[in-house]
Amino acid sequence: MTENQHKTSPILPVLPPPRRALGAQAAIAPAPAAAPAALAIRDLSVSFGPNCALKQASLDIPARAVTAIIGPNGCGKSTFLRALNRMHDLVPSARVQGQVRLFGSDIYGPGVQPVVIRRRVGMVFQKANPFPTMSVADNVTVGLRLNGVRDRALLAQRLHQSLVMAILWDEVKDRLDAPAISLSGGQQQRLCIARALAVEPEVLLMDEPASALDPLATARIEDLILELKDNLTLVIVTHNMQQAARVSDYTAFFYMGQLVEYGATVKIFTNPAKQQTEDYVTGRFG
Amino acid sequence: MQAVTCACALLVVVPLALVFYHVLKSGIGALNWAFFTQLPKPVGEPGGGMANAIVGTFELLGLAALLGVPVGVCGGIFLSEYGYTRLNWWIRFAADVLNGVPSIIWGMVVCALVVVPMQGFSAWAGGLVLGFIMIPLIMRTTEEVLRLVPQGYREAALALGIPLRRAILRIVARAALKGIVTGILLALARVAGETAPLLFTAFGNVYWNHHLSEPIAALPLQIFNYAISPYEESHRQAWAGALVLLFMVAIINVAVRALTRERFGKIP
Repeated sequence: MTENQHKTSPILPVLPPPRRALGAQAAIAPAPAAAPAALAIRDLSVSFGPNCALKQASLDIPARAVTAIIGPNGCGKSTFLRALNRMHDLVPSARVQGQVRLFGSDIYGPGVQPVVIRRRVGMVFQKANPFPTMSVADNVTVGLRLNGVRDRALLAQRLHQSLVMAILWDEVKDRLDAPAISLSGGQQQRLCIARALAVEPEVLLMDEPASALDPLATARIEDLILELKDNLTLVIVTHNMQQAARVSDYTAFFYMGQLVEYGATVKIFTNPAKQQTEDYVTGRFG
Repeated sequence: MQAVTCACALLVVVPLALVFYHVLKSGIGALNWAFFTQLPKPVGEPGGGMANAIVGTFELLGLAALLGVPVGVCGGIFLSEYGYTRLNWWIRFAADVLNGVPSIIWGMVVCALVVVPMQGFSAWAGGLVLGFIMIPLIMRTTEEVLRLVPQGYREAALALGIPLRRAILRIVARAALKGIVTGILLALARVAGETAPLLFTAFGNVYWNHHLSEPIAALPLQIFNYAISPYEESHRQAWAGALVLLFMVAIINVAVRALTRERFGKIP
């Protein structure tokens, strides 16, 4: 696959192979940027009982950039995303194999606590799910408070900071004690993003964050994503190709549980290496 | 068809209305201040009250809740949140069977296990048997209510790096709190009227109970004793006691309704 890409796309920068564990394979998609990889994924496979949902995915997700994961329904995008913060630990029948290195340390290594990983790798879900029994302010700070943070000054500061980063401060600053579910759908989703940001993760995973929202709210979320990437690594699953093209720097195309192609968004959408990728982005299927 | 179903619905209301009307009519006459403050008088003598029985019922409910609520709620949380499929199946099966065990059998069991070794009837034994009856009830209702909490909240809580135990207690159980309290109140209403198990555990008392290891009076027990006695005065007192008991249970059910009414903060 690497040979293919080098042959047909000379615009890809030729980099020294990324430093990683022994047994470097040629079949790994290259890290396109000069920035270090935030997440180095090697041969990641996820199966639920007898069904293999994700087969041997290997890629490097660069830091401080937006990576989009695209593909038709059932291709393993969400499965891949959830493997990055060990959400599959909650499913008894799930088996995860392979390596996922978060800034160098394997998150599935022996003795690694999932709780610690999930504080470093946050997640925002498709359906906004603010906790119904809590106010707006309590929702944002819940990740800190339930992890033992008592310092009120710190909580207030993080509350303000997260709501500003989520472009929600101006809209809710007068009703921080209102119930969180009294906000509109788009506001609730931004609240969930603020909630995830409050614990200051290094990576933020977003599973179709705008798919349940109207176009105006979607545009706001996309602006937010572009602003966030200065400080965070973002990985976004989306079934909306135009959204992927608008917000992401790199795109990975999955199909039937396999990573088909991964590269700069510009390239994937204008001059993809694989025929399958081209068929998908031009709408011939999916 | 509509006429038939309407008639059936009315048929359900009729016994309820009859019960309320009859108890109210027969009992209201004997209700006075003395009823709520005085001890039972010796048999045949007019006057007296059921103060000790009313207080005794509250005491027994309190003891029962001490046992039933923690065990039932924690059991329900275990069944719902910690998924050991095979084990949970057996626990649910056991709880469902226990829910159907006649309460007099519970009374006999606790009599053999507690009353006989203690060589005496006691409030402890009464509270214990009522608590045992409450446990499977509360366990099942708690589990059902927790299952209704959308999975999204659990995932969101865990994705924030909150440890599982804290996520369950502070977020999931908090979201289901109304339902859990409803289950507890309904279980309390159910055991408040249990008479048979108390017959040989709490036994009843015509005096005040000064120590929890002594026999204790309870409303259903006192009603039973008065109802089978030959004196008319006792019968009047029994109706009054029945009215008070009915009122207690009705208040609990109204409280349940008030708690579960749809307000602004409905879980979406």
